[in-house]
Amino acid sequence: MKLQEYTLSTHNFEECMKCTVCTAYCPVLQVNPLYPGPKQAGPDGERLRLKDPFFFNYALKYCLNCKRCEVACPSGVKVADLIQSARIKYDTSPPKWRDRLLASTDFMGSLARPVAPIANAVTGLGVTRSMMDAMFKIDHRRIFPKYSPYSFEFWMGRHEKEQAAFSEQVAYFHGCYVNYNYPRLGKDLVKVLNALGVGVQLLEKEKCCGIAMITNRMMKEATRNANHNVGALAKAVDKGLMVITTSSTCTLTLRDEYPSLLGVDNSGVRDFVMMATRYIYERLEKGATLRFKSDYHKKVAYHTPCHMEKLGWGIFSEKLLRMIPGVEFTMLDSACCGIAGTYGFKRENYEASQAIGENLFTQIRAVDPEVVACDCETCKWQIEMSTGYTVMNPISILAEAIEDKQ
Amino acid sequence: MRFNTVIIGGGLAGLTAGITLQKAGRSTAIISTGQNALYFFSGSFESLEEAPQRITDLFTEAGIGLHYNPGVRLMPMGTFRKAVLSLEDISLFPEPKIGNKALIVSFTGYHDFFCSFLAEGLEKQGMQCRVKLLNLPELEQLEKSPSEMRSVQIARTMDRIWETVVREIRILLRDEDTVILPQVFGLKDTSVPSRIRQGVPAQVVFTGTLPPSVPGVRTQMLLKRRYELLGGTYLMGDEATGAHVHNKVVHSVVTQNLGNHFLEADNFILATGGFFSKGLKSNPFEISEPVFDLDVEQAEDRSDWYNPEFMREQPYMKYGVATDPALHALSGGEPYKNLFAIGSILGETRPDLGTGGGLALRSALAAVDEILKPDEE
Repeated sequence: MKLQEYTLSTHNFEECMKCTVCTAYCPVLQVNPLYPGPKQAGPDGERLRLKDPFFFNYALKYCLNCKRCEVACPSGVKVADLIQSARIKYDTSPPKWRDRLLASTDFMGSLARPVAPIANAVTGLGVTRSMMDAMFKIDHRRIFPKYSPYSFEFWMGRHEKEQAAFSEQVAYFHGCYVNYNYPRLGKDLVKVLNALGVGVQLLEKEKCCGIAMITNRMMKEATRNANHNVGALAKAVDKGLMVITTSSTCTLTLRDEYPSLLGVDNSGVRDFVMMATRYIYERLEKGATLRFKSDYHKKVAYHTPCHMEKLGWGIFSEKLLRMIPGVEFTMLDSACCGIAGTYGFKRENYEASQAIGENLFTQIRAVDPEVVACDCETCKWQIEMSTGYTVMNPISILAEAIEDKQ
Repeated sequence: MRFNTVIIGGGLAGLTAGITLQKAGRSTAIISTGQNALYFFSGSFESLEEAPQRITDLFTEAGIGLHYNPGVRLMPMGTFRKAVLSLEDISLFPEPKIGNKALIVSFTGYHDFFCSFLAEGLEKQGMQCRVKLLNLPELEQLEKSPSEMRSVQIARTMDRIWETVVREIRILLRDEDTVILPQVFGLKDTSVPSRIRQGVPAQVVFTGTLPPSVPGVRTQMLLKRRYELLGGTYLMGDEATGAHVHNKVVHSVVTQNLGNHFLEADNFILATGGFFSKGLKSNPFEISEPVFDLDVEQAEDRSDWYNPEFMREQPYMKYGVATDPALHALSGGEPYKNLFAIGSILGETRPDLGTGGGLALRSALAAVDEILKPDEE
């Protein structure tokens, strides 16, 4: 009897039994009284919106899309997906210029990279930040990530031959951050994978995963990128390659947001997209070994990004870090850092963003680690800006801890 | 990934088993599909008539104070229910009489605590009641979104401003011997309920609200923290979707999030709860257990599952997974060698273990003892 299969509602909203657990977990609700909360904005509101779109509430834009409500829901309701789809469906106003600017990470990266020293100096200036605040409502207190003078793709191009020499290969979806801002993380991944005897290649051509476009309602652009990326991923999968990632948000987008929010079918590639920490953990579990430096020591506190928690893969980063000899490991209590991609850059969200993160910042200060480990680039900006502590991707810590010659 | 024991279900039963096994030096993982029945916890452990040292120790070590005092507790409608072992916030009385005059205090805009029902219930028993709503500027923030003015949201504010509440109550208090408050205190700062009791010159009784239960959320957070501090792996928001089984031995479980990365273990504990938590599923033809397809005790004819009179005792509430005396779960009438069923998934198939919180704790400890039993060979 498959009765239940025929009664599934969109994003499972009819499974909601009004238990209010999600409201206890929503970080926004704790700091912003204008936000109606996940239960009201999600399944409750959906019932009304289905009757009449008039009931759409513009306050849904305060949702972080952190997905903590979904992780907490005992009934499997896709609360955050309901909220984001409602924004996509009912808020038909064109996205603001500011939002377009923030969400176009590929475009901005290509513009800024060739003039990186100038771009970095300019965005660092108080006067620029005040101007951006006045013109675009990008908060002047927010510090922008620096651009790299060369792109990761450029660096990979120069190492293509030596990478191709490895008998085993994986493809790497590096994301905009590694490409335009922080190629070092990509190089660290290459170092660790090479140490395991695995060569790294790029996808034929990757585009921004599109999460910022989705949350800023640039649906046309997001869908275009999704279709392009699924095609590029499929080509790698056809060659028998796994696709490795270092950003938890890109990964969640490629695997889950494409089908659930954009309706882009990724079923042929989904299971081949994997966080590097999981891939490396599984190789080590199967008997591969890494040689670690004998004198390595680092006090590390691990923060599970919200999207990593949604993926349910934080366990791999944790186990990997605990495996490194000389790492003194602390697991931070699960808490949202508050930035949520472009959300925290917007002037209207800045204060809420910082208030949400305070719970995490207090914990970090109490642990006082040498570095905070975390698999998300925007968490990194937020934690570094708000606490002064250095944040490293677990892959970079691993790269630092292993011997250069294996 | 390999563990000594994989526990499916992260509620009271699963966490109790996990903490006890970690303490005994066994590596464990808990798979938890969202939050659990602790969010509806009354604060008293149903059907636990004794206070075993193991249980009080387990809670004390997690920072949760319990007291043992056989008697009754006050219910939100002004009635009384038998209660024995309870969280410290819950007042226990030797008989269903708590005083002569009560001041019932709640907050403007808070709709999950029914002062007038409570007063009516108590007045029927000859108690004089006066209801007062506090209008606190600190709560006005929350009132802007009235649909979300919930116990947990209020409790977050109360952790900061409980002293204001004490001051207001002292002003309001006339000759009442009892002050009744909703359970919205001590979410993170567990000392708040006892500090309020010290500050108010009358007996203070905290009474249940509509969910989420603040004492329950606190209990869940503290037990989970204790479990993780002992080195346990809590997989939050994941769901067991299947298992690899051979000759009545479970080798590994498959989860939604981990996909083809299976969780292997020597022992497995199924603590997925009853119908609400989807540990048991039903369709018009049968009641089943979704992960291992275990035997579920049930009447054959669907019309015997329920009593058409809604408020009567419902037979389906008693249905649960069948087990052998040592709690090994049965499938096709045969017990699994290394799979134990504990907590609400047992329904009332094991009257010796009780129901509710008592069942969760007793069955968890019984399964753990079975796992820790030295091999006979």
